[in-house]
Amino acid sequence: MKRTHPSFSRFKNYIRRPHIVISLILLAILLFIVLVPFARMIRDSFIWQFADTRLSRNALPGEFTLFHWKRVFSSALTQNILVRPLFNSLTTSLSVSACAMFIGSMLAWLVARTDIPFRKTIATVAVLPYVIPSYIHALAWINLFKNDRIGGAAGVFQYLTGIVPPDWLSYGYLPIVVTLSIHYFPFTFLLVSAALTSIDSRLEESGEILGASRTHILRRITFPLVLPALLSSFILTFSRVLGTFGTPYFLGTPVRYFTLSTQIYSNITNRIPSVGYILAFVLIAISSAVIYINQKMIGKSKSYVTIGGKGFRVTDTPLGRMQYPLLALIVLLFLASVVLPLVLIVWQTLALYPGDYSLRHLTLLFWIGEANTAFAEGEAGVLRNPAILGAAWNSIKLALSASALAGFLGIFIGYAVVKGRNTKLASMVEQMSFLPYLVPGIAFGALYLALFSHSFGPIPALYGTFFLVALVCVAKNLPFTGRAVITSMLQIGSELEEASETLGARWSMRFRKIILPLSIQGAISGFVLVFITVMRELSLIILLVTPQTRTLTTMTFRYQEQGYTQFSSAISVMIIVIVIFGELFSKKLGKKGSI
Amino acid sequence: MAADIIEVKNLTKVFGNVVAVDNVTFSIAEKDFLILLGPSGCGKTTILRMIAGLEIPTQGEIYLKDRLVFSSSKGVFVPARQREVGLVFQSYALWPHMTVFENIAFGLKVKREGSEVIRKKVDDILAYMQLEGMKDRYPQEMSGGQQQRVALARMLVSHPDILLMDEPLSNLDAKLRLEMRAEIKNIHSQIGATTVYVTHDQVEGQTMASNIAVINKGIIEQLAPPKTIYNRPANLFVADFIGSPAINLMEGRTSSEGDDGRVCFKTGEFTLVTAYRNIQPGREVVAAIRPESISIVKEESANTIPGEVRTILPSGPETVLRVRHANLVFSLLLTQEVNLSPGQKIHLYLPAENILVFDKQTGNLLPL
Repeated sequence: MKRTHPSFSRFKNYIRRPHIVISLILLAILLFIVLVPFARMIRDSFIWQFADTRLSRNALPGEFTLFHWKRVFSSALTQNILVRPLFNSLTTSLSVSACAMFIGSMLAWLVARTDIPFRKTIATVAVLPYVIPSYIHALAWINLFKNDRIGGAAGVFQYLTGIVPPDWLSYGYLPIVVTLSIHYFPFTFLLVSAALTSIDSRLEESGEILGASRTHILRRITFPLVLPALLSSFILTFSRVLGTFGTPYFLGTPVRYFTLSTQIYSNITNRIPSVGYILAFVLIAISSAVIYINQKMIGKSKSYVTIGGKGFRVTDTPLGRMQYPLLALIVLLFLASVVLPLVLIVWQTLALYPGDYSLRHLTLLFWIGEANTAFAEGEAGVLRNPAILGAAWNSIKLALSASALAGFLGIFIGYAVVKGRNTKLASMVEQMSFLPYLVPGIAFGALYLALFSHSFGPIPALYGTFFLVALVCVAKNLPFTGRAVITSMLQIGSELEEASETLGARWSMRFRKIILPLSIQGAISGFVLVFITVMRELSLIILLVTPQTRTLTTMTFRYQEQGYTQFSSAISVMIIVIVIFGELFSKKLGKKGSI
Repeated sequence: MAADIIEVKNLTKVFGNVVAVDNVTFSIAEKDFLILLGPSGCGKTTILRMIAGLEIPTQGEIYLKDRLVFSSSKGVFVPARQREVGLVFQSYALWPHMTVFENIAFGLKVKREGSEVIRKKVDDILAYMQLEGMKDRYPQEMSGGQQQRVALARMLVSHPDILLMDEPLSNLDAKLRLEMRAEIKNIHSQIGATTVYVTHDQVEGQTMASNIAVINKGIIEQLAPPKTIYNRPANLFVADFIGSPAINLMEGRTSSEGDDGRVCFKTGEFTLVTAYRNIQPGREVVAAIRPESISIVKEESANTIPGEVRTILPSGPETVLRVRHANLVFSLLLTQEVNLSPGQKIHLYLPAENILVFDKQTGNLLPL
């Protein structure tokens, strides 16, 4: 027998296992799409850029400098660039999280634990505000409360009442908090109802047997048990709001109310990208810290939340006389969070003149009107407008390709992680694929801008290509598809593959016949989730799209920026329609796919 | 003696800093039925998976049918798919997206057999396993016992010379388990494939094996035929692990008071004559006796101990009795009718030839 060096052959044996090879390939890919952009951004923040020659006479493009860091952290501009936006970001995020948590958890408790009527309907309807992209709530707010002081036409409120809404009602802190709270409360609702229904009601009943009053039980048993879910939803909402770009941009910038995310955007578009990058770091740092705290807390308290099974009959708390007033409140919430925004958006698309909402002047011109120089600077209605239809096609193409690729990569991530469970390599793959989750959308876009605006090694400058936009969507959404496949693969267990291995099947056959068919369910649910996310994505791609690669969301953004509110609203309606179809489709898939 | 089909030499597996299997050596002769028996987490499944090629050992060598399939020093590792062993998993690992037919045919398709041959072979094995008419079902539409049969059929259809089974019966109810036990024993005697079978159920070990390896904390405590394991356990662990109710243990010292050179076992309370002759007096030992070896007598005599009935646990043909003497509680397994009541004073008779004596320090059985 030929003898080889033992350590070499051990390495060879190690390498020969398919999941090791896959893990190594995945690590290389993740390194490229996650870590390298990060490194590049750090580097760029320390280097003079060409555009900096406008800002400083000492600028030597390509040379090392601390100029940008000083500009952000200790200069006369620090107050404007960093402190105030940071303060605004933190206050809006905290307020939104608190409001969303309050509304969401109250609603969850009412639905899960009381005798409020129409509980099933409420539970279904309660998630709708989350389906509508968040900036659409902002657009609806503007359509309603816009005043004519900032410029442009007034909104419905001023039209109907004649009262000019004050700036604090039209723009800034209050509207941002209200619209985002309306958007994010379903998130808390889902988490807390899940926690409430998974609590074994015997825990509450044993309290009752011991003679505790209902409020006492609520306070001392139920509340501590759902506390982890509450905190978790608070923190996740916080980090999401922190990275939101659309809403603070529409509602904040007109009155120069900046948050970190809009400040990043304006610095980068004003060609001071390095400052934008540094602000993105600040955002990433806060968001990572917050998510890290969340993981720690969940890790500690999970042990008692998951106790108990489902399906125990829960004794509902009777609401008595409060039953109908509470129901009325819920209906009101539903009207304000779903019906009103949609009505406002649709109404806006039908108004011939901005600010004139009278029925006489309703028109379908903005939907189906032909190009006419007398009107909207010659732009045709959205359904006839090649630019908009092109953007719609781009959106669908982008969402399909990004979700397909993310789903495909997700299968391999899931396989590598589950198969190599408890090994260092596998946990490295898992953590790396989770990293994009920590990076807020606008900052992730900035990372990609930093890396791909120049050529990099053998890779040409990808800025302006459709591929780059797709790539950033894939990378950002990998945590979701990876998670989905990992969960479904963990349920399957590795023995199913091992069984085929002992029967002599090669890896390619095992993958085709066993692994792929069994994990496709998880991959598809990840695929649908990513499709919907990308379809309404704005923060992530706003820095990367060019006129050739623009999508429906960025078109909305541009039209709104230029004051064509009818167009931006009409495109929003298109987005909502596509997203709702996606949701319905996924529901159908979910039903069919239950083996 | 038949040739060794499976040979395992100095096999070690380390997970992180846990030694799951510690320098294990054994071999299995052709057509042998070896049971790896031990408490959960003792490393028995890991040994099985290393033989199958699903786990890479840290150290050691494995030969299957005289072919070296793993050697840490020579750097040899033959992957599972090239080892030609059949494996049944505890979970059965039937593919939920395939019908019974597709599940069973998989191994044959891998070998690129013709579709006619495959159909014939699958039909034959289905008939053999009494699964006719089930071939278009999906595994999740079948009962646990049927799934078990499909898993066996899937393994048997390719006629492997080595069968590996990882607790195949642990998910079945008691009645089915009894049936399947007989079935597997039957299959083994008909096919004659060398079998390694992992279980934590000692009854399974006793009824099916030609040899049992009792495993504890990654090492083999004893490898012997079932009878030897039961009657002459190599050490206290094996003695205690095998048998239900558990063996009765008494701590004490030896003395040379017995007639014709027989060693006596003494505690503070009583003295028992044993069949041992070669233990020096005054040694600290543990004496043991199986519950069914103790009987109840009316009169006090040699090797009797007075006791008080604590609990009576009748179960069908046999009755378990717990009898207290001082701070010792003896278990008795009686097959005759019992006419006793708790609190009653009785005498226990412990026959000298049934008493086992272990060294207290090492826990090993002492030679007669």
